[in-house]
Amino acid sequence: MRSIDQLLREQPFFASLDDDALALIAGCAVNRHARAGAYLFRDGEPADTFFLIRHGRVALETHTPTGGSVVIETLDAGEVLGWSWIVPPYRWQFDARAVDDTSIVVFDGACLRGKCDDDPRLGYALMQQVAQVMLARLQATRVRLLDLYGVPL
Amino acid sequence: MTQAVDDAAIESAVPAPDPMLPRPFRVFGRREDTADTVTLELRPLDGAAPPFEPGQFNMLGRLGVGEVPISISGDPTDATLVHTIRDVGGVTRVLAAAQVGDVLEVRGPYGSGWGVHDGHGGDVVVVAGGIGLAPLRPVMLRLLAERSRYRKVALVYGARTPADQLYADEFAQWREHGIDVETIVDRGPAGWRGHVGLVTTLVPRIDVEASQTLALVCGPEVMMRYVARALIERGVPSERIRASMERNMKCGVGVCGHCQLRQFFLCVDGPVLDYSTLAPLLDVREV
Repeated sequence: MRSIDQLLREQPFFASLDDDALALIAGCAVNRHARAGAYLFRDGEPADTFFLIRHGRVALETHTPTGGSVVIETLDAGEVLGWSWIVPPYRWQFDARAVDDTSIVVFDGACLRGKCDDDPRLGYALMQQVAQVMLARLQATRVRLLDLYGVPL
Repeated sequence: MTQAVDDAAIESAVPAPDPMLPRPFRVFGRREDTADTVTLELRPLDGAAPPFEPGQFNMLGRLGVGEVPISISGDPTDATLVHTIRDVGGVTRVLAAAQVGDVLEVRGPYGSGWGVHDGHGGDVVVVAGGIGLAPLRPVMLRLLAERSRYRKVALVYGARTPADQLYADEFAQWREHGIDVETIVDRGPAGWRGHVGLVTTLVPRIDVEASQTLALVCGPEVMMRYVARALIERGVPSERIRASMERNMKCGVGVCGHCQLRQFFLCVDGPVLDYSTLAPLLDVREV
């Protein structure tokens, strides 16, 4: 059975981190499985974790008054989920539901924040990775705001 | 005195069909694909439907209303002409409302094709957005017919919602023929198990040998720009990325200039152009 830091080493998100950094991060992580339909977190709950999806698919959802649940985005194997653990007030803004049976690595947000505070080089390296993913998601969201398929532009 | 007359001489004496002259086609099949899109099956009243290459378009019209360029979305080996039309008002509203038995005017086919055969022996990635799958359906049908000539074939298709997907009933058959079909929508209703997000997010996941890949892209121009960038980042050479451009085609024969894109008349030089040619033009405003 592979250790957590071995699992993390295979993931592109952690590719730029050295072994020492990975070992520190792995100390805050555990392996978990979520059955299809299970919620990883819900809107308004304390955001004290973030997730790396190893297998399966997770849907980010919100509720609408008339349409029920709406899937905003799906994330698949190799992608990370959750930013709200980084900054106050540490509360989730959406629901996250496992679409399929899903394997995840769960990171303890408070543990990670503590290690980043203690080791700013680790914190900076990790935040660079987080910022890169956030930027890609923000840019994709901006393009989706154009509603490209809705009306010819 | 008698003179031998060869067939070629007789043939050359027959005037070529006027490319500006519309031919009457009768609607004999009609399918409502989505809330605003229909597919019409047409047969000529005056002979055989002309052959076409995937990627070409016809000027489709109705007497007294006008005509618009519509890509051909049928099987290149079929005698039936197939057009998928989205009702965006004006002439398209009249065309989309055509019923079985109605007669439409057809000129064409015009323009360049996708050149699918350039992908022989390699991988092919087809990326479509919204109605952009219509000009690529003939590509999919040709890929199916010639499946053994290609290595991996993938279709990545983005749509507004699952209900807005074109030809969704054909995806299973395409998958059965070894085509990796991945769909993604902007908004997923409750219970939707597929991808939700921007079509570009699927590009890094396409399982192909990027340097040996022919990529064919059609959709809203903004989407094509981002998809092309994602494909290049994935390692697909820009000269192996082709996109179908939409402009205001009018004459179809490179005379009127309505479809001009800098040095190109898209009705004859396009609509399909390679991205290494297109890239500098896509970043220029109001070209």
